Amino acid sequence: MCLHVFPHDCSVLGYYCPNDLSICGTLHSVDQYLNIKLTDISVTDPEKYLHMLSVKNCFIRGSLILYVQLPTDEVDTQLLQDAARKEALQQKE
Amino acid sequence: RLPFPRSIVAHLWYFEVPEKHLVLLRDGRTLIGFLRSIDQFANLVLHQTVERIHVGKKYGDIPRGIFVVRGENVVLLGEIDLEKESDTPLQQVSIEEILEEQRVEQQTKLEAEKLKVQALKDRGLSIPRADTLDEY
Repeated sequence: MCLHVFPHDCSVLGYYCPNDLSICGTLHSVDQYLNIKLTDISVTDPEKYLHMLSVKNCFIRGSLILYVQLPTDEVDTQLLQDAARKEALQQKE
Repeated sequence: RLPFPRSIVAHLWYFEVPEKHLVLLRDGRTLIGFLRSIDQFANLVLHQTVERIHVGKKYGDIPRGIFVVRGENVVLLGEIDLEKESDTPLQQVSIEEILEEQRVEQQTKLEAEKLKVQALKDRGLSIPRADTLDEY
C-alpha cells in the first residue's frame, strides 16, 4: 500500500511555507495522535529535497500533516465500516 | 526484526540500532545526529548533531553538539540508511561557502516574493503571511 503524506503543505494556498514536502510510502503504524510511521519512502519532488534520498523509514508528527492521500482500491470499505461499527458499540458500553 | 503489530496502532516505537537520524524542523532546518531519546510528544535528544544546509546540489554541515528539540517543532524524523548516504549526487562544501549560497538563495526568494506581493496589490488582493496567522 502506498500513501501520500503531505506535511505542512501551504504552498497551494499561496502562503509562504518552507516545508511543503510530500512523501509517498507504506504505512507502518499510527498512534493516538495520528503520528505516522512510514517505511520505504520516496519524495514526490526529489529535486527540492535531496537530503531525503538517504532516508528509507520515517516518523511524521501528526499535528503537521496536512492530508494523507490513500489509494482508493486499497481501502476495504466493508471492513472499515464493520470495524467502525464495533468500535462505536464498544464505546457505548 | 520488529514484530508487525496486529492492529496498526503502535503505542511504542523503537529503533533497532543506534543509527543516524535526520530531523526536519518546522522552520525548515535539517538536523542530523544520533537519537538518544524520544517521548510521546516527539521531544528529541540528539547527540553529535550537525545542522545541514542544502542549496541546490551542495550542502554544508555545521557541528552543533547536543540538541533538545521540543516536539511541536518536529515535522519529520527519519532513519538515515548509511549505504544510501554514501552514493548521493550531493557535494559537500565548506560552511562559509554554503552560508553564502544560502544568503544568495534567500535574497532571490525575497525579491521574487516582493514582486509577487506587489503584483497582487496592484490587483487589489493580499495574501496574509503564514506567520501572522493563528494556528487555530
